[in-house]
Amino acid sequence: MKEKQGEGNIIVETVARVMIPFIQLFGLYVITHGAGGPGGGFQGGVVFASAFILYVIAFNLTDGGARFPESGNIILSSLGLYIYAGIGLLAIFFTLGAAQYLNYGFIPFTSHFEENRALGMDFVEIGIGITVMAIIVSIFFDLALKDGDGKEEEEEGSR
Amino acid sequence: MIVSIDLILLFFVVVIAIAAITLRDLLSAVILLGAYSFLMALIWVELQSVDVGFTEAAVGAGATTAFLVATISRTVRWEKK
Repeated sequence: MKEKQGEGNIIVETVARVMIPFIQLFGLYVITHGAGGPGGGFQGGVVFASAFILYVIAFNLTDGGARFPESGNIILSSLGLYIYAGIGLLAIFFTLGAAQYLNYGFIPFTSHFEENRALGMDFVEIGIGITVMAIIVSIFFDLALKDGDGKEEEEEGSR
Repeated sequence: MIVSIDLILLFFVVVIAIAAITLRDLLSAVILLGAYSFLMALIWVELQSVDVGFTEAAVGAGATTAFLVATISRTVRWEKK
């Protein structure tokens, strides 16, 4: 929340520096274990985006914005959508036109039907997670950053 | 599903909701909304719907609170009379 880089609270910065890798690891765990338990691409993407939001809040808005620019947001959000739609269209292609969109089992990743289904589900979850992460971070930057700069972000709340 | 824990959690949810809509300080209302989402996540888990509770905890208590605090930082903090 401070304006300069060296002026931040050391407790907040240290806790953020320790916690961010674990939050990201937990987000990846939620994405990859979403098929067999609670969680999934959406929740994992939100948890992963929370790590970026924590980084932006703890250190500096402009620094975080510089590390995750708007063009990267656009590329990542469309990449996740292309992964989702591409897996679905591959399923149509490998079911030989039987129009079974996202029927993962027919995509020949391996030789077993069930492994194909699990792998296809994981790829689709990864696509959902990438898109949700990019969009949540993008929404947060659109709400928190001003158009030109990010200098005066938190200090004008008292009217 | 334990009825007494459900009743306690629902009581706190109602109290927090009433407090959040009566406060004039919007930042405090946002923080109370985060507490509301967390208690709702506990209620979902208590009702054995872990996936919904997880989504509530991640989105409601995490992302939405950050969004609303960011929105308050761009607008005013105190509600007008």
